[in-house]
Amino acid sequence: MLKCEELNMSQGAFQLSADVAFPLGQITAIMGPSGAGKSTLLSAIAGFVTPQSGQVLWHDRVISGLAPGKRPVSILFQDNNLFPHLTAFENVKLGLPKGHAKAKSSHQQISDVLGQVGLGDLHSRKPAQLSGGQQSRVGIARIMIAARPVVLLDEPFAALGPGLKAEMLTLIRKMLLDDPSMCVVMVTHDPEDAKHAADLVAWVDQGHVAQPAPVDRFFAQPSAAVAQYLGTIKPTL
Amino acid sequence: MARSAVQINPRWPGGIAAGLVAFLTLGTLAAVASRAQWANGLGPADWAAVRFTVSQALLSAFLSCLLAIPVARALARQHFKGRSLVITLLGAPFLLPVVVAVFGLLAVFGRGGIVNVGLGWLGLPEVSIYGFHGVVLAHVFFNLPLVTRLLLQGWMSIPSERFRLAASLNAPIGPLLERPMLRATLPSAFLVVFLICLTSFAVALTLGGGPRATTVELAIYQALRFEFDLGRAALLAMVQFTLCAVAALFTWRAQVAHAIGAGFDRVVLRFDGSRTLDLLIIAAAFAFLMAPLLMIVLRGVPNLALLPSDIWWAALRSLTVASLSAIICITLALGLSLRGSALVSIVGVLPLAASSLVVGTGLFIVIYPFANPTLFALPVTAIVNATLALPFALRAIAPVIDGISRDYGRLAISLDMGKFTWISKVLLPRARRPIGFAIGLAAALSMGDLGVITLFAGNAQETLPLAMYRLMGAYQMDAAAGAATLLLGLTLTVFWICDRGGRINAEV
Repeated sequence: MLKCEELNMSQGAFQLSADVAFPLGQITAIMGPSGAGKSTLLSAIAGFVTPQSGQVLWHDRVISGLAPGKRPVSILFQDNNLFPHLTAFENVKLGLPKGHAKAKSSHQQISDVLGQVGLGDLHSRKPAQLSGGQQSRVGIARIMIAARPVVLLDEPFAALGPGLKAEMLTLIRKMLLDDPSMCVVMVTHDPEDAKHAADLVAWVDQGHVAQPAPVDRFFAQPSAAVAQYLGTIKPTL
Repeated sequence: MARSAVQINPRWPGGIAAGLVAFLTLGTLAAVASRAQWANGLGPADWAAVRFTVSQALLSAFLSCLLAIPVARALARQHFKGRSLVITLLGAPFLLPVVVAVFGLLAVFGRGGIVNVGLGWLGLPEVSIYGFHGVVLAHVFFNLPLVTRLLLQGWMSIPSERFRLAASLNAPIGPLLERPMLRATLPSAFLVVFLICLTSFAVALTLGGGPRATTVELAIYQALRFEFDLGRAALLAMVQFTLCAVAALFTWRAQVAHAIGAGFDRVVLRFDGSRTLDLLIIAAAFAFLMAPLLMIVLRGVPNLALLPSDIWWAALRSLTVASLSAIICITLALGLSLRGSALVSIVGVLPLAASSLVVGTGLFIVIYPFANPTLFALPVTAIVNATLALPFALRAIAPVIDGISRDYGRLAISLDMGKFTWISKVLLPRARRPIGFAIGLAAALSMGDLGVITLFAGNAQETLPLAMYRLMGAYQMDAAAGAATLLLGLTLTVFWICDRGGRINAEV
């Protein structure tokens, strides 16, 4: 299980506290208004932001002291997930753990994951020669080959249309089904993404991250803040 | 406050580079000052040189900016066939070896030049290119294209939507859009030209000289070369540093943020201005800048085959020095760009204020206890040239490195990419274009350098610009024309090869 234990962060006037756990084998959506701290939470888990206090644990092992690349975490950002001057193959290869990249079997491994995401014949294309959906698939292939158990998605599919977005989330779900020891945390603005792809939803608002709730309950019995965010009740004038 | 843990670039190369640049600029000045006998302060001739330097630099910068405004505006609002070629060629004078440009200006404005021939036909008296106005004319020739390009960037950064909106409201474009942009862009353009002219040496050496047309840098040369008065040279170098620092402070105070906002990068369609007048302005500027180049080529090509062998050897030495200089410059620039702090930005502009002659002399003083310094004339020249080209290389590379680190640094860190892999697989391939451009620029500026080499080189160490200058001094003008053409061709070729090399396979 991935845990954020009494995590506290502040940047200027902005403050965020989190004391939450993300279970294995499930996708947890992080939802909340703009500027609530959703991406900051992911940055703290990934190691890009050092909190003032608290810790991040993976299977009860503290990982908050580790450098981002040493954590058991793969992350896809909103943009700039691929190096534009490298081919799809080379971009995926960067996901291989150190020491594995030179192994003879690595070539076949990379080809296999590219095949799994439907890019078997597009190895040598550079990102600019791929569609938005294909670029996202390369990012997912790299997550697959890195085989790190925590996957953080910071709205990497936000620019895709609904159909393509659903395809990407299906690939993520498939990855999770293949390896239920993984833990996926995704930031989203779109309630539909959460309804269709997530198992749990954690609400972030006013500097606080709530414990994840099952997706059905989250939408069926929304709190006042969630309801206002979702537009199901009219704001008081 | 939560702190960002992102740091993919190694910081130590920047620390070393900053230390080296500080040594090469301030340390060499200290070395010269330490050997000085301070009995004599600055004399009246030195203060005259200071006055001349400031006044010619002010007038050169003022005229360059004043003339560049209509040229840049005309280029910004007119689209015609060959426009991009015209803009590219506007970059040529900046790369041009000073001694070659002076030769070209002499062919146009000198005694027997086409302007004076024309004046003679009209029965008007000749004009002399030597002295104050000659120095200013040469500086405007070099810097008008530079300012034009800087202002053109400013004009192109105004979103097309603003022009469309102004046209639909029939609002005056000048005060509404252009003046705020100029207010933001002109001070720094003025400063760059002012600093270049403030530290000018080769122009003053060839077109100035004498008590009434000596720059501080030329006075330093005279103090070192003819009197070996290290104290006077050091004092003059300090005066030069102070002048540059004051100029930088004034410009910093005058600078305002350009708050025009972002647009949607549509093609800029302009609804103002006279096309005929704009094209006439562009043609006049083009003729002013290209006529000297054309004269060099016309006069020099027939003499190329007649060049003596020592000129070809000098050309080979120049190529060697330029290669070495470019390698040193790009190494320093990359190191400083990786570090990217405010301190490094300051260290990176120090060379603009430094006297190349004092840097060179300081290095010779440092070498002297260990070896015969004259044996190191060419390596020292390469180091000095690299130092002087550094601000321009940094301006090309640093923003790009910064952008790559900002865009892809987190991704690289999340992939546990080592620093070596980050630099070799991401940073260098992605920054190929500006690196190629910066190498070309450093090599071209070094190819044409006529600075520190004039102090220490014997005949066996002559570079091509020095050999050409000596030919001009000996009134062997045909041979000088051939050497000028050779130098022009080599300089532009070296720049083109490096710049082109950076673009190959750098399609994204």
